[in-house]
Amino acid sequence: MDFLQILSNAGASLLAPATLAYALAALGLAVQFGFTGLLNMGVAGFMAIGAYGYAISILQFDFPWWLAALTGLAASAVFALILGIPALRLRGDYLAIVTIAAAEVVRLLFLTSAFDDVTGSADGLSGYHESFRGANPIPPGTYGFGPWTYNQTDWWVRIMGLIVLALGVVAVWRLMSSPWGRVIKGIREDEDAVRSLGKNVFSYKLQALVIGGLLMAAGGIVYAMERNVNSGVYVTSTTFFIYTALLLGGAATVFGPLVGSLIFWVLQTLLSNLLPALSQLLPFMTQIQASTLRFILTGVALMLLVIFRPQGIFGNKKELTFVK
Amino acid sequence: METSRSALRARLSRASGALMLAVAAALALFSFVIAPAGAATTDDGDPYRVSGNVQLDGNPLEGVELTVDGPGGSQEVATDANGQWVVMVPEKNTTYTVTLNEDTLPEGIAVVDETDDTPNVKEAEMGPGGRVTVNFFIGEGERHVTSFVDQLVQRLVNGVNFGLMLALAAVGLSLVYGTTGISNFAHSELVTFGAVVTSALASGLLPVPIWLAIPAAIIISAAFGLALDVILWRPLRRKGVGVVQLMIVSIGLSLALRYIYQFFIGGGTTQLPFADAPKIPLFGAVSLSVIDMVSIGISIVVIVGFALWLTYSRLGKATRAISDNPSLAAASGIDVDFVVRIVWVVGAGLAGLAGILYAYYRPGIKWDMGAQILLLIFAAVTLGGLGTAFGALVGALIIGVIVEVSSLWIPADLRFAGALVVLILILLFRPQGILGRRERIG
Repeated sequence: MDFLQILSNAGASLLAPATLAYALAALGLAVQFGFTGLLNMGVAGFMAIGAYGYAISILQFDFPWWLAALTGLAASAVFALILGIPALRLRGDYLAIVTIAAAEVVRLLFLTSAFDDVTGSADGLSGYHESFRGANPIPPGTYGFGPWTYNQTDWWVRIMGLIVLALGVVAVWRLMSSPWGRVIKGIREDEDAVRSLGKNVFSYKLQALVIGGLLMAAGGIVYAMERNVNSGVYVTSTTFFIYTALLLGGAATVFGPLVGSLIFWVLQTLLSNLLPALSQLLPFMTQIQASTLRFILTGVALMLLVIFRPQGIFGNKKELTFVK
Repeated sequence: METSRSALRARLSRASGALMLAVAAALALFSFVIAPAGAATTDDGDPYRVSGNVQLDGNPLEGVELTVDGPGGSQEVATDANGQWVVMVPEKNTTYTVTLNEDTLPEGIAVVDETDDTPNVKEAEMGPGGRVTVNFFIGEGERHVTSFVDQLVQRLVNGVNFGLMLALAAVGLSLVYGTTGISNFAHSELVTFGAVVTSALASGLLPVPIWLAIPAAIIISAAFGLALDVILWRPLRRKGVGVVQLMIVSIGLSLALRYIYQFFIGGGTTQLPFADAPKIPLFGAVSLSVIDMVSIGISIVVIVGFALWLTYSRLGKATRAISDNPSLAAASGIDVDFVVRIVWVVGAGLAGLAGILYAYYRPGIKWDMGAQILLLIFAAVTLGGLGTAFGALVGALIIGVIVEVSSLWIPADLRFAGALVVLILILLFRPQGILGRRERIG
């Protein structure tokens, strides 16, 4: 068992595109769920639309990468509008069921062999990286130190991911300290009170859904920039994991989603390396079983979090109307 | 009546301790009897291949469509420029059915085989090698066509079978929602539980005959429901935890249980005894195996029994009263906590039975088999009206038929999507469902 290697892998996950993607998606979920109180269970669907929008527009229409990324974002905004205009008048748990079903429909549409030419069905899409990597200003070579040693392509993906994440955090932070943010939080606390002040609650909710959806799609695009796009990634479990990351950091906070995603992925990487290594010492567990264990622990952690510390690490319990 | 109920409750609370032990013992047994499956297969990249070559007098035919049915669901494929086709499948040592769509052959050409009534349908035995080739005799001749009506009738029968099975799972979810307000995302894991326990009993170190394993598994499922209520849900009710929080707790529970199953049975698919029972042609194009017929029979008997219990028994009436108005029910002397516990026990038992029937319907037992149909169960419950048990029955039958019949027009791998679209439309336009009342959505 090589503890240094395990620690190094865990450290490397701090900057992994998956971590950045989760942080972006969790930030979007914070806007929708934490600040506005919308129980969106379709996070994976928004991410899938961003990722597939990016990949398909490059492969089918030869878009440059930045235009493809904008296409992915625009597609998720359209999805938010189509979903939100009829669904936002539903109560919390009904909205959850509609959004989770919509995300599954999206995934099945990307998975079906009927549109194999465009979506690649079960194989997913790859080979769309040329434009993005061609725009890389970093000269070829290996940079960094310790666990954070990457080549120019890996750095380029991570730097872009970090820039987008930083922009997202600043934007959400500014929004939430603006009058718009106060209305949003007011809707979460008492919809009728906000309505009595003459605000159009529906319109504010829709705006929050679109803004959150854009951040989730940005997460999907960052994830797609590193590797390939596959519908197997955008399953409902992904949505649940992002909820775990968000609740870990604090649902109604700006930095909570960021810190929650970092902790989530560092722990996941640590456990995925540590548990199989430990299984050599524990005779009743195979390596495969040991790697399943971390998902069991994730589920248990989510339950314990919601029961005992629903406000997360940073949050304030008063900010959570879903807690009675 | 009051005394008998409190006596029953006392018995139940004594029994609950014993049951907890039984569940723990069953789980421990479970971990020993099931050898962990070797390599966990993932959903993408199934390991085994079914392939073939479609030629006419030595010339390859391009664009001929074939459908491969078997464990892992239905897959469609078309031949390439060399007349070849390949489908990757998740399991070996089982049978796959390959159907060649004769409409995609050139004019006047058909699959010909004098000795076979349905020459365009072939059974492929996937042996231990993990590879099997299926070829058809193609030449000039009469096509074998199943008429649209025959296909429709076959799909309707399958749909009713599937719908009855969904109904068993849906009534439990609906009752739990009605009495406690929880949208229980872990209900699908109760479905998987029934199938996994049956498999553990039937093929463990001490194999139990299947006719004994199934009732035992249903009782263990019910005990599992009781255990969940005692350990988790009742303390949370006492704590006054909010509905949305409870929903997220159920999501965590669902994740944990799902991966606990994977921990023990691995990522592959296993079969229950008699899962490969032959299909018996009945009338028209309808053919059902003995297992299918028994499954339909059991579903109908259990559902009718459950409906009678809900309508006429004291507990059933109390359950419906709590679904209607919990405060009023409590005020009129109904022991809400006790009834909710019964609802968990009954709901989990029915879900366990649904899981066993689903394992035969799919066919196969997999760690996430329940999760695959969770949204269909939700669709059934919402379609009928959240919290109304009879609505869930009607909704489940409709969803089952929609799933099966819609694949006449849309690709087979999109049939679940069709049912989910129905769910979304129902929630948007009639959120109270077919049998629900308007006030519920408040």
